[in-house]
Amino acid sequence: MKASEIFKFAAKSLTGHSLRTALSLLGVTIGVAAVVILTALGEGARLYVVNQFASLGTNLLIVIPGYTETSGSFGYGGVPNDLTLDDAQAIARLVPAARRVAPISMANDEVAYHERRRQVAVLGTTPEYREARQLDIARGEFLPAEEVHRGSPVVILGDKTARELFGGVEPVGKIVRVAGWRMRVVGVLAKQGVKMGMDFDDIAIVPVATAMQLFNQNSLFRILVQAHAYSDLELAKDEVRQLLIDRHDEEDITVITQDAVLSTFNAVLGALTLAVGAIAAISLSVAGIGIMNVMLVSVSERTKEIGLLKALGVGRRQILAAFLTEAALISSAGGLVGLGLGWLAVRVLVRLYPALPASPPTWAVVAALVISVGVGVTFGLLPARRATRLDPIAALAGR
Amino acid sequence: MIHLEGITRTFQVGDQPVHALVDVTETIAEGEHVAIMGPSGSGKSTLLNIVGCLDRPTSGSYRLNGRDVGVLEEAELTNVRRHEIGFVFQFFHLIPRLTAAENVELPMIFAGLPKAERRRRVTTSLDAVGLSARIGHHPDQLSGGERQRVALARATVMQPQILLADEPTGNLDSQSGRAVLDLLDEMNDAGLTLIVVTHDPKVAHRADRIVVLVDGRIERRVRGDQIGEILAMLAEEDEG
Repeated sequence: MKASEIFKFAAKSLTGHSLRTALSLLGVTIGVAAVVILTALGEGARLYVVNQFASLGTNLLIVIPGYTETSGSFGYGGVPNDLTLDDAQAIARLVPAARRVAPISMANDEVAYHERRRQVAVLGTTPEYREARQLDIARGEFLPAEEVHRGSPVVILGDKTARELFGGVEPVGKIVRVAGWRMRVVGVLAKQGVKMGMDFDDIAIVPVATAMQLFNQNSLFRILVQAHAYSDLELAKDEVRQLLIDRHDEEDITVITQDAVLSTFNAVLGALTLAVGAIAAISLSVAGIGIMNVMLVSVSERTKEIGLLKALGVGRRQILAAFLTEAALISSAGGLVGLGLGWLAVRVLVRLYPALPASPPTWAVVAALVISVGVGVTFGLLPARRATRLDPIAALAGR
Repeated sequence: MIHLEGITRTFQVGDQPVHALVDVTETIAEGEHVAIMGPSGSGKSTLLNIVGCLDRPTSGSYRLNGRDVGVLEEAELTNVRRHEIGFVFQFFHLIPRLTAAENVELPMIFAGLPKAERRRRVTTSLDAVGLSARIGHHPDQLSGGERQRVALARATVMQPQILLADEPTGNLDSQSGRAVLDLLDEMNDAGLTLIVVTHDPKVAHRADRIVVLVDGRIERRVRGDQIGEILAMLAEEDEG
C-alpha cells in the first residue's frame, strides 16, 4: 500500500468528523501562532535596542575619571588626578588601536540670541566626536579642525535649540552668547533624538578648550575612544588603561566599553525571546494533548471500524500508520495555519508600530513547525497503538 | 481445506475460566456450505473467529489448506485474512463516511492493488450483487439489504476461497434476507466455501451440512435438509 493511499484514507476520516478535526486543529494553530508572534515581539525588541545602540556609534570606549572600585581615599583628599586634554592627545598618539579620540567637557548653561535665552547642555569636544557618535549636520559644518588647546569661539546648535532661539531665521553665521561669551554659529545638527540619555536636539557643541575655559574646568568629563574594529576593543581598552595609569601613577580612571552594555542587553533580550518562545511552546504541548484526546475519542468511536479493518486483512502497521497520519495531518495543518496567522499578526503589528522591527526568528518558525508535527505524532502514538491492539472480535461484537 | 483438530478456546473472565470451545474437531471441504447453529453462548462466533484467523485457539490445531495456522506470525495471519477469507457481519460494518464503491475498494487499498485494477473490481463486485446503480451512495442512503450486499461485495472483492458470515440476515426483513441468501448460494455454487453462523432455520436449511454446537462442543451433525430433526432440540436448549 502506498503512502498516498494511507494519506487519503486518513484525510477522509478527518474530513468525516470536521468539527472535531477543526477544534483540535485550532489548538495547534493557536499554539504555533503564539510562538511566532511572541518570538517576533521578543526579536523585535532585541533588534530595536541593538539598533539604538548602533546609532550611538560602535566600538566605543569611554574613559571616566575616578576608579569606581576604590572606595578609600585618592592621594590627597580623595580627589583623583584630572583627566586632561594631554591625556586625550596621548591616547591618540600612543594607542595604535585607537582610531578616534574625542575629549568631552560638559556643563549646563545658557545660550542666548538677542532676547531669547535657553538653558541647554553645553558640550565641549573635538571634530572626532562627530564620527564617533555618528551625528548628522543639517546646515553649516561641525567643529573646525584645530589645535586642541586653542578653542575658537564657535558653536554648533542642536535642532531644537536652533528653532527655539532663531525661529525662522537662519542661525548659521549669527552670533549667540554661550554662558555670556560671544560665539559664532557655524552649524546646526540634524534631528537626532535622545541617545544614551543625552538629548542631542537641545544642545550646544563648542570646541573642548573653549568649554573648559567657559566653565573654568581642569578635568575632562569623559574621553571617548573609538577602536578600529570590534576585535581591537579589548586591546584598546587595556592599552588606554595602562597608558593613563602610567601617566597618573595610579589607577584613577575607569574604562568601559559601550559594547559591553550592548551585549548585555542583547543577551538579556535574547534570553527573553527564548523564554517567551518556551512559554508559547507550552501552549503547543497543550495543543498536543488536545490532539491526543481527539485521537483517543476517534479510536474508541471507531473500534468497530478498526475491528473491521483487521478482519479485512489490514495489518497492524497499516492501522498504526493510518492513525499516526491522521494525527500528523491535524498537527501539521494546524501548524501551517498558525504560521500564516502569526505572520499576519506580525505584519499588522509592524504596521501599527513601525519602529519595532518585529519579525519571528527562523529558529522559532522552524521549531514551532517541528514541535507541532512532533507533538501530533507523539501524542497520536498512544491512541494509534491502542487502535492496533484492539481485539477485533470484541471490536466487531459491538452488537 | 479447513481442518480443526481438538480446538479448545478458554477465556478468562475475572478469575473464572470460561470454556467457549471444547475439543472441537471438524473438517470442511472446499466448496462446502456449512451452517453452524446453536443456542446463544454456545461458541458459534468464537469458532467463526478462529476459522477466520481473528482469534487463536487455546489448544488444538487448525490447518488451512494444509498449513498450520497456529504457528503463523501476526503479519502472516493478516495476509491470510486479506487473501483467503472474507467476512460478512450481522451489522454490515460499512464505514459511514465512505461511499459504497469506496467501502468495497477499502481492502484492495490496504492490499496495495493498483488503482485501475481496484476500479475494475469495484465495478464487477457491485455488479455481481446488483448494486451498480448505488455505487456512489453512502451507507445511510442505502436500505439494510443493500448495505449487506455492499458488505458482501467488499468481502469477496479480494477473491477469497472462504466466506464467513455471522448472522448475515439477522438484521434484515425476510425479503431482503432472501436476496442476500440467494447471492450467498450463487457464490457457493461458483466454488466459494461458505460458513454461516445462524439462529435461523430458514438460513441453515440451505446448507449442505449443519453443525450444532452446545456449550462449546459439537453436539450433532446433520444434512441441511434434515433440519427438522434438530429444531426441537435447539428450541429445548434455548429455553433451558
